[in-house]
Amino acid sequence: MATEPVDAARHGLWLHRYAVLTAGATFLLIVAGGLVTSTDSGLAVPDWPLSYGMLFPPMIGGIFYEHGHRMIAGAVGIMTFLLAFWLVRAESRAWVRRLGILSTVGIVVQAVLGGITVLWMLPPAVSIGHLGVAMGFFAMVTTIAVVTSRGWATTALDSNSAPSPLPRFAALVTAAAYAQILLGAAMRHLDAGLACPDFPLCRGALLPDIDSLQMGLHLAHRGGALVVLALVVALVDRAWKQHPEASELRRPALAALVLVLLQVLLGALTVLSQLSVSLTTAHVGGGALLLASLVVLTLRAYRRLGRRDGRPVGEPVGADGTVDAHPEPAV
Amino acid sequence: MHPITSRSSIRLIAVATLLTLTFAAACGGGEEAPAPASTPAATSAPMGNTPDLSNAGTLTGRVMFSGDAPADQTVQMSADPFCLTAHTDAVMVNPVMVGEGGALLNVVVHVSGGLEDYTFGDVPSEPATLDQNGCMYMPHAIALRTGQPLVVRNSDNTLHNVNVQPNANPGFNQAQPMVNTQLEKTFDTAEVGISARCDVHAWMGAFISVFDHPYFAISDAGGSFDLGQLPPGDYTVEAWHETLGTQSQQVTVGENAAVDISISFGS
Repeated sequence: MATEPVDAARHGLWLHRYAVLTAGATFLLIVAGGLVTSTDSGLAVPDWPLSYGMLFPPMIGGIFYEHGHRMIAGAVGIMTFLLAFWLVRAESRAWVRRLGILSTVGIVVQAVLGGITVLWMLPPAVSIGHLGVAMGFFAMVTTIAVVTSRGWATTALDSNSAPSPLPRFAALVTAAAYAQILLGAAMRHLDAGLACPDFPLCRGALLPDIDSLQMGLHLAHRGGALVVLALVVALVDRAWKQHPEASELRRPALAALVLVLLQVLLGALTVLSQLSVSLTTAHVGGGALLLASLVVLTLRAYRRLGRRDGRPVGEPVGADGTVDAHPEPAV
Repeated sequence: MHPITSRSSIRLIAVATLLTLTFAAACGGGEEAPAPASTPAATSAPMGNTPDLSNAGTLTGRVMFSGDAPADQTVQMSADPFCLTAHTDAVMVNPVMVGEGGALLNVVVHVSGGLEDYTFGDVPSEPATLDQNGCMYMPHAIALRTGQPLVVRNSDNTLHNVNVQPNANPGFNQAQPMVNTQLEKTFDTAEVGISARCDVHAWMGAFISVFDHPYFAISDAGGSFDLGQLPPGDYTVEAWHETLGTQSQQVTVGENAAVDISISFGS
């Protein structure tokens, strides 16, 4: 087992904190977006990028949710550009700098998708894409927060142990959770939330005849929940049993387990409450947090276990084959 | 159509007709060629006849409701102080509005079959008006002809968005931030029960129905409707309600007959 040298100052504690803040603001933005859909306020402001021709319309009724979402989005956009600027100026790893620049592309694409969603009056494909990009962007900012942390640099490397399948498995579970989120978005934006109005059965049956796209989507999301639940349980089991000493893996694994169970509960309550605004929005937020916990776990698993050549994932190799963990930033 | 545009079109059609007749063999595929087909002389013959009302009968009726209507819901208008102060009493809404004796209001009654051989060119030029007043749509159900202007007016000193989502016509979602402003739209295709809503004030909803003939009505406070004068014949009469669905029945209108029908919806 080897340990990378620690240099807290060079790892930019404040940059990491700012990245965490940006990720937190992105989570708030996702919850605010969930509220827009839950309250059916997506078209309360018909124009874009202005709102009723104004920067600050009266925050009444559905405008509160829609324009509030736009304001938070604007703040996250500014924060993202500042984060990218900070990374370009101060980050030594080129791939992290590129990730910062990519995140600005992500937030711009997301803003344009949001505008199209309004101007084209909520076409389901665009609305689903809007959530898909939101979650992808959240995962990106979460990644920046993880890889700028002190823990990332000081991770103990299991370079001498046998190859572990955990990183790949964690990535698979993360992809499954993302797919499940997309299914949930499709269900939501195609009005399939109550295609099965009961729980745990659907229309009184365990496997009812599927008579519509909505019912198919709803059942697929329920089936997907079982798959993700099983995958997360298996992932947590492996992380805890195979790497009991790795607290940086155990913590996000435990968070993922708690969150996936919470998501199953919230999903059931969403149906039973007939799409209550608070429960449905909490379900969206819970999905984002589950994804984030799995992203953290996957990144850390790759960092600790992903390379068998004695150097950690995410560090460049010099021309002589040595690890140059903190090269000078590109000008 | 704008008068200038109309004159331009007539000139264009005249020139195109002349060119088409002179150079028929040589000018195939030119853009002007289809224009004569749209002249009144070319289109009037195959479009059928206007109804002969010399021995017409009348068709009236009443829509009734039986069963338990849902309870009235109090509208929570606290989201907008203007709406809250626009009413002294609590505002109650109910999608199933039942009047005295079981009369059912806001049912769109129209002739859906039996008019296929007729054309109806007399589209009213006066608009049908949907008003936003006291943060409520007035009326809740409105019907008009294809091509007839629909005016949506904002009588409130607050902002509304007018979100109209048809299936067969283009939809729109427009802002009305100022009091005493209005927007005007027309629909080209017949469609029953187009949803109109304000997303700022989630309780505000209305239904617009569009017909390519004049035989339609909306049941009033007594559940009554009057479809007017119809040529003698067999017709299908359809009644549509926003939550109770559709009822239809066959009706025969005799010469100079006064036909009165009853339509029933149940819970």
